[in-house]
Amino acid sequence: MATDTTFTNQEFKIVGTRPPRPDGVDKVTGRARYGADASAAGQLVGLVLRSPHAHAKIKKIDTSKAEKLKGVKAIITSADLPDLTKGDRGMFDMLENCMARGRALYDGHAVAAVAAIDAETARQALKLIKVDYEVLPHVTDVDEAMTPNAPIVQPHVRTTGIEPKPTKASNVSQKSEFGHGDIEAGFKQADVIVERSYKTEQTHQGYIEPHACLASVGPDGQGELWVTTQGHFTFRNVCAALLGMDIAKLKVTSSEIGGGFGGKTHVWVEPVALALSRKANRPVKLVMTRDEVFRATGPTCSTSIDVKIGATKDGRITAATATLRYQDGAFPSIWGMLGAMTSFACYDLANVKSIGYDVLVNRPKVAAYRAPSAPMAAFAVESTMDLLAAELKMDPIDLRIKNAAKEGTRASYGPTYGPIGIGPTLLAAKNHPHMKAPLGKNQGRGMACGFWFNFGGQTCTDLNIGVDGTVSLTVGTVDVGGSRASLSLMAAEELGIPYDRVKCTIADTASLGHNDTTEGSRGTFSSGMATIFAARNAIQVLKARAAKMWDIDVADVDWKDGRAVALRAEHGNLNELTLSEIAAKSPQTGGPIAGHNETVADGAGVSFATHICDIEVDPETGKTKVLRYTVIQDAGKAIHPDYVEGQFQGAAAQGIGWALNEEYVYGKDGRLQNAGFLDYRIPVCSDLPFIDTQILEIPNPGHPYGVRGVGETSIVPPLAAIANALSNAAGVRMTHIPMSPPRVLKAIKNGRH
Amino acid sequence: MQVEVQLSASLREFTGGAATVSVEAATIRELLRKLVERFPRMQKRIDEGVAVSINGEIYRDDRNQQIPKGAEVFLLPRIQGG
Repeated sequence: MATDTTFTNQEFKIVGTRPPRPDGVDKVTGRARYGADASAAGQLVGLVLRSPHAHAKIKKIDTSKAEKLKGVKAIITSADLPDLTKGDRGMFDMLENCMARGRALYDGHAVAAVAAIDAETARQALKLIKVDYEVLPHVTDVDEAMTPNAPIVQPHVRTTGIEPKPTKASNVSQKSEFGHGDIEAGFKQADVIVERSYKTEQTHQGYIEPHACLASVGPDGQGELWVTTQGHFTFRNVCAALLGMDIAKLKVTSSEIGGGFGGKTHVWVEPVALALSRKANRPVKLVMTRDEVFRATGPTCSTSIDVKIGATKDGRITAATATLRYQDGAFPSIWGMLGAMTSFACYDLANVKSIGYDVLVNRPKVAAYRAPSAPMAAFAVESTMDLLAAELKMDPIDLRIKNAAKEGTRASYGPTYGPIGIGPTLLAAKNHPHMKAPLGKNQGRGMACGFWFNFGGQTCTDLNIGVDGTVSLTVGTVDVGGSRASLSLMAAEELGIPYDRVKCTIADTASLGHNDTTEGSRGTFSSGMATIFAARNAIQVLKARAAKMWDIDVADVDWKDGRAVALRAEHGNLNELTLSEIAAKSPQTGGPIAGHNETVADGAGVSFATHICDIEVDPETGKTKVLRYTVIQDAGKAIHPDYVEGQFQGAAAQGIGWALNEEYVYGKDGRLQNAGFLDYRIPVCSDLPFIDTQILEIPNPGHPYGVRGVGETSIVPPLAAIANALSNAAGVRMTHIPMSPPRVLKAIKNGRH
Repeated sequence: MQVEVQLSASLREFTGGAATVSVEAATIRELLRKLVERFPRMQKRIDEGVAVSINGEIYRDDRNQQIPKGAEVFLLPRIQGG
């Protein structure tokens, strides 16, 4: 069937090869246009005034002096962004996050914005805006925020997920619980029980390109937005709703993207730029500084987690529990819930319970960060698994193999797994040469597993065939990691033409139906599915055109290897027609040849990874060096193996930075102390070894080519793999991420296990 | 066709604490409609976002999905990704 999602195990001719990416030359020559690379006649410079306080009441904003400054064309505050959210609290939170409404909820919260003829004038204008604050008590630590006397961040919030329903405001927005079995009975069966508490600090996705956009709204209510984003259709819908615009009258074009990793799934400055443009009646370009990106976009959570695991002497886990406290920043979200869902997903457990708490603090709104919430939960669980293995005097990998989830296992978050890849990744790790390589003095090896859900979503794709037989593939999922190459491969495979005959373009929102944001590792999975179906749709048209050219019944035409073939014996004198030959005649056989598909791509299938890491630690300074790192992940079918490996390596590199260095540091005043890449240190090439990869291709039964998402899962194990390696190297158990030199040195000096 | 829907703990507040609910439904759309008919407070939560797992496969959006006879069905919170 043309739109059957079932995996067919077909033999591939083009899928699985490694051609150069179509956007490669543009990117290495500087021709690629990113968020800040657009300009328009008469454009203004937009700048944002931000709160210097972690928590404050905004008593008055006086813009009168700034308005009089020559060259200032518009100034906006929340008064220019009226509440049009009709009681939708989630949308209201987005509106308030974009521009403070009578209160500042974190250091960096936007309170006003200016559009002026140049940056200098805009900066002067910001200085002339007077904001009268009443500073309020604040809280930035997740554990402190849960104490009874902590300052309340959102007075309207009542904890959900507990009975009876609370009547008092709380910083705990949600309690979530997952699991099954009898925990108490399970721990009674255990011969060994290990219990430990962990903390992880807040990190940023660290994308190199800051948020940037060019907004233009006219007095006729029509607008355009050029923006760096992971989801321009979602940005269009959200911006239109917040500004009271018609969706069809706001055209959003996604620029090339210099990294997103979840941080560009939400709007931050884009509604502000549109509102400034609307007020000034001129285009407005707004580019965040790095300081603003750190202070006022969406980093991941800091967490505090307790884990308890019990097992029999032979290494069978009898019970496991986790309590996970995740700070969501100043607005309620679901990150603690996701931590609870993912924490024990790698294992086959009869008795398991995980409780997640979503906690509000005076920090920026947390956004997704690559497999959001799973890395911290995996750090705590996988560290405890190593402690348990040590108590049992068992090889850590054998303990995991013995307890690994498999087909038929009831997942800790509820459902029963179909075919999954955790077992194969563990076996591959056990047999990998890396596991047997010798280690030197002050060196340690660690391994850990990780899980992520993956998902699909709304997708719409066009495929147009030119008269020369080349193919324009138009998709709506932003290419964050090489998807234009993988989608072109799938179109070429389906049509039976060479890869270089396909050109894949990301359409603007006026040119294609809605596409969900590129998140949840969905780009190649869902747009790939829609591309296959659009190609099959086009093949139906090609067959019909061939039938016309031959003057035979279309039922007598088949499509093989990029050619129309006449089937019946009486048509034996008809030569095959190539796609190019049919395309060349298309003006005379009915006009342009195109295929189209719109779908909701579900059935993405879950994903697992196992990582191995070698670390050397200097016991005098606490400095660490990653000596060797191996990623093994179930990728489903690897459409373009280079980019699958690239995703594995990139995720591991981010995880290494998170594990060893990256950390938001807040002062007692509630202000972020290290809002720049000099003081917030992401890894550079010299910090990293070559990251070795092994792709396991366990097909997803819910995709015609067996594709699974690959972009996120491999950021899940590194925190734990590195903690286990470092703990083995240093001889002390590390329980606080990042394991930066001062923290490692302190742990060594304290000598605590 | 009778479907036994298992609910994750955070969704049980709408069912008076019941972990499993039995409804007559052939598709996800029908399943959610029947749940709201019985538990009207659940509408807001469904509008905010839920996912349905059928035999271990999680469906976030496809309300047309058929529920096979005897399938394991879970109602879960909707997940987000990066």
